[in-house]
Amino acid sequence: MSGGVQFPVRVIETEAISPTVKRLRLAPRDGQALPAYSAGSHTVLTIDGGSRLIRNAYSLLGSTLAGGAAYEVAVQRSPQSRGGSAFIHDHLTVGADLSLSAPINLFALNRTARRHILVAGGIGITPIAAMAAELDALALPFELHYAMRDTASGAFAAELAARHGDNLHLYVSERQERLSVRDILARQPLGTHLYVCGPERMIEGVMTDARMAGWPESALHAERFLAPEGGEPFALRLARSGISTVVGEHETLLEAIEAAGVDAPYLCRGGACGQCETRVLAADGHLLHADHYLTDGQKSRGETIMTCVSRLRGRELVLDL
Amino acid sequence: MQPSPIKSRPLYGTLAPVAHAMRHIAIAEGEGASAVIEAFGDHEALSRTTILFSPAPYRTDRTQETFLASLSCEALSVASSAEDLLGELVTLLSTATMGTRLYVSGSEDFIGRVTSEALHQGIDADAIQTEHRGAPTRRVQCVHCKGFTDGVSASPATCAHCGIHLLVRDHYSRRLGAFMGVSIDAEAPGDIPPAEAFGA
Amino acid sequence: MTLSFNAETFRDDYTFANSPKAIRAFPFPFERDDYTYTVNIEQHVPGPVQSATEFPIHIDEHYVAEMQDRAITLSQDPLRCQSLPHMMTAEWDLLELLMTSMATHYPETFSLTREGDRWHWINRPLGLDQHFTFGDASTLPQGPMEYITRQCQGDFCLLDQRDDNLWMDAGMVTTQADWSLDFDLGMNFMEWHAPVPLAHDLGVFERALKFLLNLQQGRPVRRLNWTMTINPRLDTSPENYHRWGIDKASVTPENVGDKVHLRVELQALWRLPRSNAIVFSIRCYLIKMDELVTQKKWARRFHRVLASLPQPIADYKGLGRFRDTTVAWLSRHDDGLPTSPGFAPD
Repeated sequence: MSGGVQFPVRVIETEAISPTVKRLRLAPRDGQALPAYSAGSHTVLTIDGGSRLIRNAYSLLGSTLAGGAAYEVAVQRSPQSRGGSAFIHDHLTVGADLSLSAPINLFALNRTARRHILVAGGIGITPIAAMAAELDALALPFELHYAMRDTASGAFAAELAARHGDNLHLYVSERQERLSVRDILARQPLGTHLYVCGPERMIEGVMTDARMAGWPESALHAERFLAPEGGEPFALRLARSGISTVVGEHETLLEAIEAAGVDAPYLCRGGACGQCETRVLAADGHLLHADHYLTDGQKSRGETIMTCVSRLRGRELVLDL
Repeated sequence: MQPSPIKSRPLYGTLAPVAHAMRHIAIAEGEGASAVIEAFGDHEALSRTTILFSPAPYRTDRTQETFLASLSCEALSVASSAEDLLGELVTLLSTATMGTRLYVSGSEDFIGRVTSEALHQGIDADAIQTEHRGAPTRRVQCVHCKGFTDGVSASPATCAHCGIHLLVRDHYSRRLGAFMGVSIDAEAPGDIPPAEAFGA
Repeated sequence: MTLSFNAETFRDDYTFANSPKAIRAFPFPFERDDYTYTVNIEQHVPGPVQSATEFPIHIDEHYVAEMQDRAITLSQDPLRCQSLPHMMTAEWDLLELLMTSMATHYPETFSLTREGDRWHWINRPLGLDQHFTFGDASTLPQGPMEYITRQCQGDFCLLDQRDDNLWMDAGMVTTQADWSLDFDLGMNFMEWHAPVPLAHDLGVFERALKFLLNLQQGRPVRRLNWTMTINPRLDTSPENYHRWGIDKASVTPENVGDKVHLRVELQALWRLPRSNAIVFSIRCYLIKMDELVTQKKWARRFHRVLASLPQPIADYKGLGRFRDTTVAWLSRHDDGLPTSPGFAPD
């Protein structure tokens, strides 16, 4: 319940849109229409992975903005996967049952902007392409810049080209095409906003270029979604529930809490929304804060931790749960 | 600087050119000129700076104007009234690009009008800096007739349009660039306390 | 259940009154016998049958008269309904929420038929029958927000979410407790709450904002707020304060029961789907003291709350000129006996 409203769904279609990206089409099992959503929204999929429950967040595609009969997501097989994306690629086929959360948007378009510059790298195209679809439908001015390693890995490139024509600019690094943010940012009229989603290094690069060009912070938007990484195992005690357990190497703190049967709060499972902030009662070791929510000061004080992406390097963590 | 006890009232700071801005537009009225001079003085940003200035109303002293003219900025424009100045600003902003920063200094009512117009032209709020100089006068909107009264220095004040005696509420709208004025004697007609001047 | 509607007024001759059924459905806002400020946000889930929270959107016997009063207010001051240009998607979201809820819970009164984007709306008490294309504002007589909120009890504000804040960028506000949409339009959450005393220092608004920024689709929340109004006047706006303010001086020990009203706002917030905006609804309920004291528990408790109210809160709510008179009048209905737990009448 802590993740909010859940919709039971079934996989009704899958498609390999690149060697590493799989598109899933998910339809409600109970006949209830799925709600419409805004571009940039994600959903948390809950999948029975046999020995464990997999809960991963994925951006909702622009193809199903109106909701209704189905939602679509695109899942990249992650090399550092703790098993979630690999399980989806290897085992989740047509007919499989799972559930998804109501859409949550932490990467929304600023509707007061007069013009929108969308920049995507790799699988970061999923929320960015949804933004392009929404802006297109609203007849608002935008340009879409999409960088990829090679044409085979560029999911959706052909589809986007057909749909957005001259508004789309592709950069294929295999063909020595480089996305030059400085050129894109020059001569943009007042009221232009910039959105970027892609590898962390790309986001940092784009943001730095924009700041160097004098763009104000409020005009800059990035999807700071983190795939939680594993780490060394450590002991976990939940003081209020009186439960002791272990957070495994390939498990997040939040997953260990859920596996212990405790209903802990969460929304994005990506270190962005702040919903899973939990009070730390004691930490025998060093807190590894990986979220984008707490300030540096809060992180160093260590009074709270975001259970979805952060963990402990040390012996035991005691939480107020 | 003291945080404002009025949560909707903007906090005014000290103008400081943003290092990476592509272009600076400084706009000042009356005493505000000195804030621009102090901030931009011999700053390297001057070569990318346009200054718009209007002397305070009824002022004959031209020292500030002379001083501004001696700065080696990209362009200086002196207007005879705040209205003309706002018109020039609108023209400038209509072709301005991202990376442009706006600096506003003068009385609170002047800052309010300029900010409100600039936001309307599409500039982001965090691309605007403000510094308060001169008398602590306020621009007040009468909530009853919606008319604006400029240069209000005390509360209660009389609405210049409908004549109602207005309590100037501690509530400020950036969109309107004005404080709210509400009838002070609605519950007891004619019972009007003596006016108290605003502090800074 | 077929609704019947009162012929009544909220201005001039003030013929507004609650039936015994409406009195029992009144959302009495005090859970304890003394005043404590709390944010008191809870899930907006269905409450007891025949209560104000039985359905997400509550339509009652005052519906037709309230809509007539709203039309009068709008004809005199069109700025009570405003929407900034970027709020059109949120307007459609609101229209969908209200039409869907009203037609689902009051099927004999309202009907909605949807075939793709082609919608058909019937409002029987107001005699409206409208075919339109969802998403195409040219197919409605007014903008989508104005169209539907001229047909739904309660004020509605649409809050845009950006820069980790909420912005009051559209609304229909004609039944407000002394705040101005025209003045507050375009303000963020902290700015429009600026005039509220005390709560800022307690960090109430920071916490409330943080909570609302993560408000989820399908998980609406609500809270109750209250003040007091002299005469059953819905339009207690600052715009018209120079007209209604004088009423506060008209309370005497003889007319408290008829003139003094407890005014309760059932405030609810929903996350909207297409726009990611939030709708903030403020539904106003009025009950005169004569009606309130028909419920012994409420009489005892309201007397105690009003007597213990801190002065800054009483001043902010504008109760100064008639609080003492009202407390004295209520004391005759308070025998000092303990009150039962909960909000509901005994």
